[in-house]
Amino acid sequence: MKFSNVIATGGEWLRGEGPHHQIVISSRVRLARNLRHRPFPGWAKKLERTQILELVKPPVEELPEMQDSFSELLQDLSALEKQVLVERHLISREHAAKSVGSAVVMNRRQTLSIMVNEEDHLRMQSIRSGLQLKNAFKLVDKVDSTLEGKLDFAYDARLGYLTACPTNVGTGMRASAMLHLPGLVLSEMINQVIQAVNKIGLAVRGLYGEGTEAMGNFFQISNQTTLGEKEEEIISRLSKVIETIIEKEHDARQMLIQKKSNTLWDQIGRAYGVLTFAHAMTSKEALNLLSIIKLGVDLGAFPEDRRLPIDELFIDTQPAHLQKSSQQKLNAEERDELRAQIIRERLRVFPKPDISKVAREATGNGSVSEP
Amino acid sequence: MLCDVCKCNDAAVFLTQILEGKMQKVNLCDACSKEKGVQDPTGFALADLLLGIGAAEEIEKGAPTQKCAVCGFTQADFKKTGRLGCSACYITFSEGLGSLLKAMHKGTEHIGKLPQRAHREIELSDQMRTLSENLRKAVAEENYETAASLRDQIRKLETDLASHS
Ligand SMILES: [Zn+2]
Ligand SMILES: [Zn+2]
Repeated sequence: MKFSNVIATGGEWLRGEGPHHQIVISSRVRLARNLRHRPFPGWAKKLERTQILELVKPPVEELPEMQDSFSELLQDLSALEKQVLVERHLISREHAAKSVGSAVVMNRRQTLSIMVNEEDHLRMQSIRSGLQLKNAFKLVDKVDSTLEGKLDFAYDARLGYLTACPTNVGTGMRASAMLHLPGLVLSEMINQVIQAVNKIGLAVRGLYGEGTEAMGNFFQISNQTTLGEKEEEIISRLSKVIETIIEKEHDARQMLIQKKSNTLWDQIGRAYGVLTFAHAMTSKEALNLLSIIKLGVDLGAFPEDRRLPIDELFIDTQPAHLQKSSQQKLNAEERDELRAQIIRERLRVFPKPDISKVAREATGNGSVSEP
Repeated sequence: MLCDVCKCNDAAVFLTQILEGKMQKVNLCDACSKEKGVQDPTGFALADLLLGIGAAEEIEKGAPTQKCAVCGFTQADFKKTGRLGCSACYITFSEGLGSLLKAMHKGTEHIGKLPQRAHREIELSDQMRTLSENLRKAVAEENYETAASLRDQIRKLETDLASHS
């Protein structure tokens, strides 16, 4: 499979059909594994890294899950291609900085991606649409069980899997979900939620911003510890917390509809106006306005069939995707211009927001409807 | 203010994160923030980095000259990067790491998945412990026939164990 195929077919999670997909964009589970008695990638010399790569890559490529996969050495990818993979959450930014001695292997559906010689020898990640942490775990767990028959993974009977960073030791697992929480942000309840989640040992951070600043109202929530708790326990604890956050977001949206409707319609109307007519737009402004339009789709102010075009714009307006589609390197000003143009074109067929179609429910019932 | 990672450039990126109710701050120069990927929207680099820096200070309690026999990593290297050199480093630096892992994690012992062969290994070493204990008793009771048979069993188990590691 070639890189152009990766670009052409958006990942499965982008099409957003998983449970609770309106609020939970994606679920990811990552396992870190290392070979026994071999230096970790950050400490290994170039030659050692290459030797490890040669040991690890063949069994990864031979996985039944990796039939028809995309497999590439990092040194053979251009900076722009690496950046595209980062924007699709298929490799980490740290991995994109790697070159000789590192590789990435992923399946066609883009539900499974394996980084070789990132911070650990192996980082296996499954990404699914909506709230599907259990399914994501099931897939990486299966892949791990196949690979342990072929590779001598480093472990300790008491400490579990041994990783380059002590924060990952034990299960070597990080599970996370990306949530879209405009209701909680607009109703100013988000900080309360973040604090509550932090208190129970889970981490929340803004997805595109630094620290707690969240662009586009996207938040990532993940487990913070990896030692002393079973994988399944971590996953189910995290899933339960996310279900509670979904309820809170739902309640916040109903509260906005009933008590702050004018502010809400004003926000949606302004977002629609700016996106439809602007001729220059930064990535940050686009994320924030698209988030409001997405909320509008969720609430019924825009027809349901407008959901996918909006979801795609979140990715397609990222810097590397813009440059890839225009086949040239662009400076910031040119990117802002092209971004605005792409958004205008896609919104041309978009009807005006229709607030009469918005569903009103009694608030505070706490119910979450299954999509 | 100097960068917390390289400790030579001026810090340009200031990060704060609340972890388990504790506020943690880290100041990075431009180069280190890029290299560490803390602006990575998808990574977990920031959390790892914050904990890693705390880790480096904690481990100073151990002997500073210690060096991993397998990979040559030293404590000074850990202090610099917040990462270890190889899996054997966990044994080399176990003293300093113990309290660190305790502070970092929910528990001190792994109770989750292990590779299949690990279960066999643990089983074998449990058997070994029982056999050695029985042998000690047999010798104390001057039960030499039993002791001889136990020695044979231990020898066989030793070859099994060796083939597993
Ligand atoms: Zn620095
Ligand atoms: Zn070592």
